[in-house]
Amino acid sequence: MSTVTIKPRNRYKIHPQKFALWSAMASIIMMFAALTSAFIVRKAAGNWLEFELPSIFYVSTFVILLSSIIMHGSYLAYKRGKAAIYRWGLVLTFLLGITFVVMQYSGWTSLYEIGVELNGNPSGSFFYIISGLHAAHVLGGIAVLFVAISHAFGLSFKISDKRLLRFELSLHYWHFVDFLWIYLLIFLLIQ
Amino acid sequence: MAEILKYQPDVIIEKEGFDDHFHEHHEGDKYQSNFLSTYLFSMDHKIIARQFLITGIFWAIVGAAMSLVFRMQLGFPEESMAWIKPLLGKWIEIDPDGVGTLSPDFYYALVTMHGTIIVFFVLTAGLSGTFSNFLIPLQLGARDMASPFLNMLSYWFFFLASVVMFISLFVSTGPFAGGWTAYPPLSALPQASSGSGAGMTLWVVSLVFFVVSVLLGGINYITTVLNLRTKGMSMWRMPLTIWAFFITAVIGLLSFPVLVSGFLMLTMDRALGTSFFLSDIYIAGQALDYAGGSPILYQHLFWFLGHPEVYIIILPAMGIVSEVMSVHARKPIFGYRAMVYSILAIAFLSFIVWAHHMFMAGVNPFISNFFVLFTLIIAVPSAVKVFNWIATLYKGNLRLNTPMLFAIGFVSMFISGGLTGIFLGNSAIDIVMHDNYFVVAHFHIVMGVAAFFGMFAGVYHWFPKMFGRFMNETIGKIHFWGTLIGAYAIFWPMHYMGMAGVPRRYYRFDVFDTFRHFDTMNKFITIAAILVFAVSLLFVINFFYSIYKGKKVEDQNPWQANTLEWSTPIHPVHGNWPGKIPSVHRWSYDYNKDEREYIPQYVPMTPEEAPENH
Repeated sequence: MSTVTIKPRNRYKIHPQKFALWSAMASIIMMFAALTSAFIVRKAAGNWLEFELPSIFYVSTFVILLSSIIMHGSYLAYKRGKAAIYRWGLVLTFLLGITFVVMQYSGWTSLYEIGVELNGNPSGSFFYIISGLHAAHVLGGIAVLFVAISHAFGLSFKISDKRLLRFELSLHYWHFVDFLWIYLLIFLLIQ
Repeated sequence: MAEILKYQPDVIIEKEGFDDHFHEHHEGDKYQSNFLSTYLFSMDHKIIARQFLITGIFWAIVGAAMSLVFRMQLGFPEESMAWIKPLLGKWIEIDPDGVGTLSPDFYYALVTMHGTIIVFFVLTAGLSGTFSNFLIPLQLGARDMASPFLNMLSYWFFFLASVVMFISLFVSTGPFAGGWTAYPPLSALPQASSGSGAGMTLWVVSLVFFVVSVLLGGINYITTVLNLRTKGMSMWRMPLTIWAFFITAVIGLLSFPVLVSGFLMLTMDRALGTSFFLSDIYIAGQALDYAGGSPILYQHLFWFLGHPEVYIIILPAMGIVSEVMSVHARKPIFGYRAMVYSILAIAFLSFIVWAHHMFMAGVNPFISNFFVLFTLIIAVPSAVKVFNWIATLYKGNLRLNTPMLFAIGFVSMFISGGLTGIFLGNSAIDIVMHDNYFVVAHFHIVMGVAAFFGMFAGVYHWFPKMFGRFMNETIGKIHFWGTLIGAYAIFWPMHYMGMAGVPRRYYRFDVFDTFRHFDTMNKFITIAAILVFAVSLLFVINFFYSIYKGKKVEDQNPWQANTLEWSTPIHPVHGNWPGKIPSVHRWSYDYNKDEREYIPQYVPMTPEEAPENH
């Protein structure tokens, strides 16, 4: 977009924008590290409501994992010049992403129905804030996917360095929110 | 003393430089085509740096003026403040005799805003925002930041944060008044005090924008340093300024998100009724619903940022001082690698000492032991740096001009303030010393005044590069001596008050028998503060006057410095170098080496020195 043009100088092991994205991920990880460590500290203090996670959260985990795999397939298809798989793979990823957020929402409502309230015991508040903040990051990813789809269908199919880079940036972020959720789910389960 | 050498950077760069075909794409025209894109929504790092600096100066004046108001309250509690009513309006209450008093609520708001503004807006954005932006591409031989667009956003998020904070000063219930650390419950309950309502909401919104600005900037700085160094600029050839900005950005990137999490939980407590930080609270005899939260948890999250934050403030100042001192002592910086390793050590340790801010807040005393230990260990890398600065000065050809004086003043302040940190780092001494004027004196000297000195050194040193003119030396020296003597006059006596147990943040002391005898001292401090403010205004006048009327820079390299920014034209173009970018052949501290007074980094090695490798 408006980046200083980087000439293909082989001195770079990694593209600066990709590196910038990874730095941003480090900072997002710190945000969640703060919440999860606060979770541990607060739980150790007692007066902690224990509850079962509604099973829809496991389904949603499967959905986001699947979306990540499909997006990777779409990425490989793009590199091999298979335009149709690339395009519809992205659409499928996008739909699965939206399904994930909807499922998280219905998970929250079913939690609410069994009496885990947002403003009740901090145990519930922590669950909502952690999964909610994660869902917000997924929404960011969905916005990115939307742009990727508009490129996939709006522009004529062409394999170029610039578009490959953009695809990789979107792909890395989507994998990131996927793995972030898996980490958070495991954390919430073993805690 | 060797004769002054003249290099011709343009010729050398044309011959030895690296051609990245930058100017073949006419990006300069696209970037700076009209007034808006040149001066306002600029993506050029040099303009963005100046935007940060001027916004920082604005906030410094506001923050310092606030301190004058509460200093007048402390020094002269009996005097009428009616004369300032036109400015402060309803916060000055005038009794029937015409005597105006400062509203106690607003006193706390002033203290809170003074801290917030100086710590975040001046010493974080104004210092590291200015100099990281300005120097990273110039000293690394890069055309611009990795992402000029994100860089522009970084400034405008800071601007947005500034606007929101500025608005909060004018809401009818007043700005937030619970201290710059915004501890709950004062910050979590809108009904807790008059500033805790709209004032606090605006405070937290403003700081979230601010964190976005810091993160966008930081990601850019790190990426640029790691990826856009020119040919030959290895990490171990980077000037210490760049090392400092780089590590500062890493610290910011890892600590500010933690604060955002804390703010998010705080906001949920405020707006959605969660109990992260609140438990068993009564307001006006009314029990509130909150149960099970812990205010200590907020303090942990806050200080996990808060302590690294003091190094985010001081490391850029340290880097600037190292560079300025080496240039004006005409000597290589003493212990370059030790300097880098101590920056790294400080950065690492800064993450594991946060609870020393909370010794008296109810953390486990046994856990405190670890924090005492690590806190005291920070004295080691700090002392390494101080030793190296003094050793750099030793037997140097010192040019005692304004930037050098401020660099030396920085070391003085850092020693004075650092030593009292060793007292306060002990949890046992903290039982007596917490929350009193000893603490106020300590952190004002070590991270307030010292960081300002580093910033002034940088402004005087790089002003010729920023604006193509010099600042006035005479006014600069008056500014230095006034600030040095004045700052000690303000903060030195506070140590004694602290040792006598005078608590910080009190509205007045003349009503306490125990503290009444400090009246004269409080008056003295207030007068010194007014004088320092006056000489600071001299600096501001000098700054803006010199932009338009200062002595013009005639020489491309007026300080005979080695770093790459002095190889650009006097008024650098977009892309910094008009032709090729310089390639680097040596580290940045070759002063008085092999009979040569200085050797810039773009000068190739001679056959005799080639086998040697810095």
